Amino acid sequence: MERTLRDWRAVLVFVGPALLLYALVVLVPILWSLGYTVYEGSPIAGFKFVGVSNYLRLLEDPTFWKALWFGTKYALFVSAGQVIFGLALALLYAFYLKKSSVLVRTLVFLPVVLPTVAVAQMFVKLFAIAPQYGLVNSLLSAVGLESAVQAWLGQGSSAFWIIGVMDIWKAMGFYAILLFTGLVDIPEETIEAARLDGAQGWTLARFVVLPLLAPITVASLIFSLNGTLKVFDSILALTNGGPGTATTPLTLYMYKTSFTYGEYGYGSTIALTLALQCLLVTLLIFWRARRSGT
Amino acid sequence: MNKPARFASLSALLVLGVVVSTAGAQGNKNITYLTPQTQTEGYTATLLQLSQAYTRANPGVRVQYQNAPQTDLSQKLQLLAASGSLPTLFSIDQPSLLQQLNARGQVVDLEQTFKQLGIYNKLNPVAVQLNKKVAGGKLVSLPLELNIEGFWYNKQLFAQNGLKEPRTWDDLVKAADAFQKKGIQPFAASGEQKWPLTRLIGGYVARKYGPDVMDRVKAGTLKVTDAGFVEAVTAVQDLGKKGYFGRGVTTVDYQTAVDTFLQGKAAMFYMGSWVLANFNDRAQNKIGAQNIGFFNFPTVKGGKGTLADWSVNTGLGVAVNAKQYDAALGNWMKSVFSNYGDRALAEQGRITGFKVTKTPANVPALTRLVQQRLDTAKNGYLWFEGYFSPKATSVATDNVQPLVTGDLSPQDYLQQLQSALR
Repeated sequence: MERTLRDWRAVLVFVGPALLLYALVVLVPILWSLGYTVYEGSPIAGFKFVGVSNYLRLLEDPTFWKALWFGTKYALFVSAGQVIFGLALALLYAFYLKKSSVLVRTLVFLPVVLPTVAVAQMFVKLFAIAPQYGLVNSLLSAVGLESAVQAWLGQGSSAFWIIGVMDIWKAMGFYAILLFTGLVDIPEETIEAARLDGAQGWTLARFVVLPLLAPITVASLIFSLNGTLKVFDSILALTNGGPGTATTPLTLYMYKTSFTYGEYGYGSTIALTLALQCLLVTLLIFWRARRSGT
Repeated sequence: MNKPARFASLSALLVLGVVVSTAGAQGNKNITYLTPQTQTEGYTATLLQLSQAYTRANPGVRVQYQNAPQTDLSQKLQLLAASGSLPTLFSIDQPSLLQQLNARGQVVDLEQTFKQLGIYNKLNPVAVQLNKKVAGGKLVSLPLELNIEGFWYNKQLFAQNGLKEPRTWDDLVKAADAFQKKGIQPFAASGEQKWPLTRLIGGYVARKYGPDVMDRVKAGTLKVTDAGFVEAVTAVQDLGKKGYFGRGVTTVDYQTAVDTFLQGKAAMFYMGSWVLANFNDRAQNKIGAQNIGFFNFPTVKGGKGTLADWSVNTGLGVAVNAKQYDAALGNWMKSVFSNYGDRALAEQGRITGFKVTKTPANVPALTRLVQQRLDTAKNGYLWFEGYFSPKATSVATDNVQPLVTGDLSPQDYLQQLQSALR
């Protein structure tokens, strides 16, 4: 192995093509986009050098701050939901359902493989108010709660929760499987020994299972936060950022700025802040995990 | 793959290549056409029918239909334009984008082209003037429609409630109030599309300041934070807050709004006359065409605008890609657009920016009504966002949703719009 690694020609042959492809499709566009942040314009209107004015504009753009806050709030809520529900399901599979968990696992995993747009369309219909009540409003109406019937997706406050619930429901099966594989890896003897020492139920989970599962939980959290900070398709399909800009995260704001307003420079600047946010969150989790010794 | 098979497929490819390249040399043309309309809807239906007839006589020339939803249209066009792959013909809904494309020489100057083809006299001068106004003085999009906008109303519901056609804004609000009390939704409106709601703001300010209001905003001599705009936005917000647009208006899409009116569930519907295609369709229209009336945007107290001013436009324009213009496309255009005006009126009762040479015997009554009103119009004004940049258009339309639900104040709405206009 070491001899192979010392042979630079072998390294070049094995790693080179992949590295080149990676550089072409990932690194070059990133640098390109970075370059755009000091320009303004679009390929149709032409570009003009503007220095740091895009960055200054960021500071005093209320829509940007609103989008940043919405995205952060959304990521915290949805990631917490995805990992906590994922964990709960994994524990359920491993300790209660045991061998018979296959059917439940399949059912919970199903939404993961469904196209987001299809899931979003289903939720739009579930929460519809016009032309007909959707399932939720019909149920409310049927049990006499006519006053609670509302345009769930037509108001920022309730739309936030619906998008959140949809994304948790859609992805929790994935995190459940991820954490389940971690649980399966925990040696049976360790659990057995803890049981002999009197650990049961919550005590067993709190002091034995969860610490052993910590590395994979941290990985899930990083996965989930980076996914949710970059949320795009589900919001686009569910509310398109509306009503108004109430459910617009940075990704959607960046997309609209670049491709609807034709401001590629400012759009790239927004994209950069999003990349920095993701980097920061990942570093923070790593740092926390290392400090707590896992 | 064994050797003979590989040889066979290679030679097949070669032969195919030769055939394709000779076909190209014979002046054949593949015309790509991008639009948010479906193939059986609006001017697209007429264009495709006329084109099919042309293809029967000239089998090498055909139109390839492509679709993009209207909410994504300008994004798609910008990306296509940036990569130099615009379709041959495309619908375009952002005047500022059209002007940019024109400045870059990406679209055909249609005045010049139509004159060369000898069909310039087929165009209606009013429509030409409108399109030039929108695109900064050049005719770069085809006026495939000529519309006026106003309130359509259900005559039966008005009669049953002892109400007359409103002529002032106060009358309109009173009528709406009466319907709401009876449990009839006063207005059908698509808040999901957003623009049907900003049209009401545009109409109100045109009555308040006169039909040149948005020209003054464009010139910078009038700010949208002015008191009259606050009055207009507040008036529209009030309609929303009182629930006159129905429940969940911001989630109602265009077709649902049309259906709500045509099924008799709403008393009034502000819309452009392109909606006649739906009204004239018996399958969709459950209240009957004879039961639909039409009135202009009502006047407001102390306003300069009158009932002789109409919101007029040529609908979703269609531009032609300059890079793909050649003799074959010219011939196709000459044939299709020579017959377009007659065909659109005969088949769909559609009034277009093209002159009609053969008036069909059975023009639908509603179409005749719109034609009469068009003839009486003294002044025309564009829709609210007609002169706006894509950014200002987005701010105006996006924010109208929280405006009508009461989550955004009229002052904030206008403040944000004014800063987007700078």
